[in-house]
Amino acid sequence: MLYREAGQFKTTYAEDMAIFPIRQDRIALAILLGIAFIGVPLLATFHIWPFGSDYLLRAILLPFLILALAAIGVNILVGYCGQISLGSGAFMAIGAYSAYKLGTGVHIPLAWLGFAISIPPLPVLSSILLGGLTAAVAGILFGVPSLRIKGLYLAVATLAAQFFFDWVFLRVPWFTNYAPSGSVNAPALNFFGLVLDTPIERYLLCLIFVTVFAVLAKNLVRGNLGRQWMAIRDMDIAAELIGIRPLNAKLTAFGLGSIMGSLVGAAFILILPIVLNLIPTQLGVPLSTETITHLEFIIFGSLICYLLIKEPHGFARLISLGKEKLRLWPFPY
Amino acid sequence: MLYSLVALGFVLIFKASGVFNFAQGAMVLLAGLALVRSLDLMVAKGFPLWAAIIFGIGFAVVIMAITAWLIERFVIGPLVNQDGLTLFMSTIGVTFILEGAAQMIFGSDAYPLRLFPTDAWFLFESHFPGGILVNKLDVWGGLIAGILVAGLAIFFQRTKTGRALRAVADDHLAAQSVGIPISWIWFVVWLVAGLVALVAATVWGTKLGVQFSITFLALKALPVLIIGGFTSVPGAIVGGLMGALPPFQEPSSAGSLWVRARRSLRCSWGRIWVAVSNIGSPMCWRWRCCSCGRRACSASGSSNVSETRS
Repeated sequence: MLYREAGQFKTTYAEDMAIFPIRQDRIALAILLGIAFIGVPLLATFHIWPFGSDYLLRAILLPFLILALAAIGVNILVGYCGQISLGSGAFMAIGAYSAYKLGTGVHIPLAWLGFAISIPPLPVLSSILLGGLTAAVAGILFGVPSLRIKGLYLAVATLAAQFFFDWVFLRVPWFTNYAPSGSVNAPALNFFGLVLDTPIERYLLCLIFVTVFAVLAKNLVRGNLGRQWMAIRDMDIAAELIGIRPLNAKLTAFGLGSIMGSLVGAAFILILPIVLNLIPTQLGVPLSTETITHLEFIIFGSLICYLLIKEPHGFARLISLGKEKLRLWPFPY
Repeated sequence: MLYSLVALGFVLIFKASGVFNFAQGAMVLLAGLALVRSLDLMVAKGFPLWAAIIFGIGFAVVIMAITAWLIERFVIGPLVNQDGLTLFMSTIGVTFILEGAAQMIFGSDAYPLRLFPTDAWFLFESHFPGGILVNKLDVWGGLIAGILVAGLAIFFQRTKTGRALRAVADDHLAAQSVGIPISWIWFVVWLVAGLVALVAATVWGTKLGVQFSITFLALKALPVLIIGGFTSVPGAIVGGLMGALPPFQEPSSAGSLWVRARRSLRCSWGRIWVAVSNIGSPMCWRWRCCSCGRRACSASGSSNVSETRS
């Protein structure tokens, strides 16, 4: 009844190729974006329930957005291109550290050449984006093995990235600006003179990033590149035979996946406050932080297993099923 | 060399059920924690050390058996005949559950474990100054790994259950249809993996102390498994464990080569040799099929239907 396509005629090619060809989808998306961009900030500024305190915003919505971005990156690489990668954490680290380094100024002394490369501290936006580029280069570099190996072997090869960058960032003090503890303090989030320090501003920043990259990813996946990725995923030999170059397809997937990962890393270091200790007190449960962490592990793991058993194709499948059911509702056929 | 103990667990599950077991590290942690905590408790109660060790190991075995049963019953069992990736994801879920549960029940500090000597021998000190430093723990680890590999090889090759395990690894459906009780087989697989994890935990727990970071061992053992770090186990086992080496080459070519080698080595000595190397090698021929990563090509497109439709 509500979700019926009858009467929606596509009269031009542009309409036929639209991202959301069904009017109800467009309306639903507009409502969702409206809530996210206008509703939540409004509620938060006036401290209306459920935004009485910053807790919901800081501990749930911000991580949610950041991790959503991470999921998009992994989805491109693993889901669409079929390249099993365990190195996403490494690309997050690259994004975080390069954003930090570019934000605080890069100084590379080349003593044996007699000069030094110095880059003054860059504004936040450009340092985040340049950090993304750095991660893309690293991602492509560590994606090269994917041209020769696949499956489990590739997963292990990408694991190398994880260990390598973990080691690099721990052992090379240059990356942490010689901080004695090895941890870094992020520079203030300064966008063209506008300092983002309240949770709601950071929420909006993350939301903009997520929206932009979600639209980008959706369009890429629909387009030429996305079709190449899916062909490679479904059967790479057949894809090669019909003229898809694995080099291009796989390395673009690795590059894009690591760009998104690096943005997530930058977001983690620049935006995410520490909220772990808030949880027990907020819920009013007399449990130690430790127990809560362990419980979180257990619940998370159980959820994964439960969902895999009940619906192996995940929520996406549930949504598409729901759509099909809704199309017929309230009649059985 | 000690990594091979952890790597064995991976290979075992992969060989026997075709699942890449991400949870091996968490199982090492669980086994180690169960062992060390019960051991400490018994020692604190005033029992002699040998009784405490026997009780601790028995307790850990029981824990691993319960875990294996739970995993089979509630996670892997319902997922029979599913895609390899789905099973892999489910082991990630199991990893989280085990890590959380183990630390919640047994505590999350670092507990020292003293089962094996950790000091070192200095060999050939009379021949040249300094000698060769040999860590006793490494020797113990190598010895245990060797015994374990030999025992498992016999188990896989000679017993009825072992044959059933290999059948299940080849094809769940076919194994079920010839009457192999798949749930029992999987219980055995996870139990054996749990026992291997327990053995690994005794050695690694002595080296590092039983703590959360022991789970990362699993990830570090993985490259070792692939590159073939098994080679340092001495004697005849060296030959057997060379089976871990072929994956170093291109999987597809190694696969066919390896299958041919298996066929040609059908003499009595060769059979044992192949049996041992089987433990390392199934990966190469399992990934052989075209590229879709599955042995049955006809079904390769099915998992992607939902995505292409949306």
